[in-house]
Amino acid sequence: MIAIQTNNLTKKFKDKTVLNALNLSIEQGELFTLLGVNGAGKTTTIKMLTCLSKPTAGDAALLGDSIVSNAYAVKEKINVSPQETAVARNLSVRENLEFIARIYGFDKKTVEKKVEEMLMKFNLMDVAGDKAKTLSGGTQRRLSIAMALISNPEILFLDEPTLGLDVLSRRDLWTAIEKLKGKKTIILTTHYMEEAEALSDRIGIMAKGKLKAVGTAAELMAKSNARTLEEAFVSLVVKEGSEQ
Amino acid sequence: MKTIAFAARNRKEIVRDPLNLAFGIGFPLIILFLLTALQANIPADIFVIHKLVPGVAMFGLSFVSLFSGMLIAKDRSSSFLTRLFTAPLTAPDYIVGYTLPLVPMAMIQILICFLAAIFLGLPVSFNALLSILSLIPTAILFIAIGLLAGSILNDKQVGGVCGALLTNFSAWLSGIWFDLNLIGGWFKGIAYVLPFAHAVEASRAAMSGDYASILPHLWWVIGYAAVIIVIAVYAFKKKMNGNEA
Repeated sequence: MIAIQTNNLTKKFKDKTVLNALNLSIEQGELFTLLGVNGAGKTTTIKMLTCLSKPTAGDAALLGDSIVSNAYAVKEKINVSPQETAVARNLSVRENLEFIARIYGFDKKTVEKKVEEMLMKFNLMDVAGDKAKTLSGGTQRRLSIAMALISNPEILFLDEPTLGLDVLSRRDLWTAIEKLKGKKTIILTTHYMEEAEALSDRIGIMAKGKLKAVGTAAELMAKSNARTLEEAFVSLVVKEGSEQ
Repeated sequence: MKTIAFAARNRKEIVRDPLNLAFGIGFPLIILFLLTALQANIPADIFVIHKLVPGVAMFGLSFVSLFSGMLIAKDRSSSFLTRLFTAPLTAPDYIVGYTLPLVPMAMIQILICFLAAIFLGLPVSFNALLSILSLIPTAILFIAIGLLAGSILNDKQVGGVCGALLTNFSAWLSGIWFDLNLIGGWFKGIAYVLPFAHAVEASRAAMSGDYASILPHLWWVIGYAAVIIVIAVYAFKKKMNGNEA
């Protein structure tokens, strides 16, 4: 079953086209990575799919609901871990999780159960009572993803989840994300090649607002006769540049 | 339920910031005690408690704008609002959620000021209660200013506009420390075009039992509050539906 289907999804800011007629289909349970340099259109795509920004043209259906005409229904099925950690700084880890569960309308008993579940799943039990502002960058990211998952979304958006993290924290987070594979449809944006290769079922390479290529890491390497994903990426992005 | 959860979070964020408590409650109380002590040593009736407390309470409320504006601006700059905007919450959920915790906080702030004034010699009376109640529209005005500032400015700008500009405007253009008639001219003209002097005059009129003078001043405050609420809600909704959070 298709989780996300975009149809000529386009975003323009005045005369500048930041996303140009995106046509993309993502299966349910798939971990799909949008890979691109800064300004490629990854975050703009995520913003539109999460109903934060309206498309200039085109539409997208998330599990059958339009982001243009039925945004509220879309919001009930998704959750997001934004690029910045986006946690309530003066609330404890437990309070942050409780807060998100409550705004998604869960009753008190379910909230308690889900909070315990997330604390366990993301190794946050030891810091449950600590204020979010006192946590390390890596722990804040884990909390951010736990906050995104507590509403039990069918589609999860992770926007640059490991940006600015050290190697150990990044590996730690990869493990957490890998555990979700197959259970949730995950859309991940990154500009780290190794992250895209390690985690993704399929990768979409974006450049200058266009989706240049889609496939598994192996397919993309084969397509550009490259030995590594990085080489494939450079080849595809440079080719894009020279074609313009 | 969702609105209450959001309001509870906002209350915790504000109350847990020690600077908010220091400025919102501590600072007005220090002014109240200092000026009352000063009054005891000067022959003229400049800082008599029944005239001073409505002004200081109004001045203290200006910090509510700073708290609410900073909270919203920080939520925007930290992407916390981006996260929330993807949740199934409506615009009224956000606006009520930000406003709700500030109303009791503003009321507590006013009450603490008046309790301190009673400690300093203000008689407990019906007029004192009326004076407190007449400050409610002023509290709503400052909450609305905070909502507007937080919706259109970043946290540093909110600090400048609400923390410096607004507190100074409400301090100097309200007739708290001196009679505006003593300066007169354009200064008095500007002061009475703005709502702060009217807020103090309405509360003072209630305190002195001059009931007929309350509403003419209060309408200015209510008018400003209504207009700023409409603009604030419009600005917030625009952010919500726009491309930046």
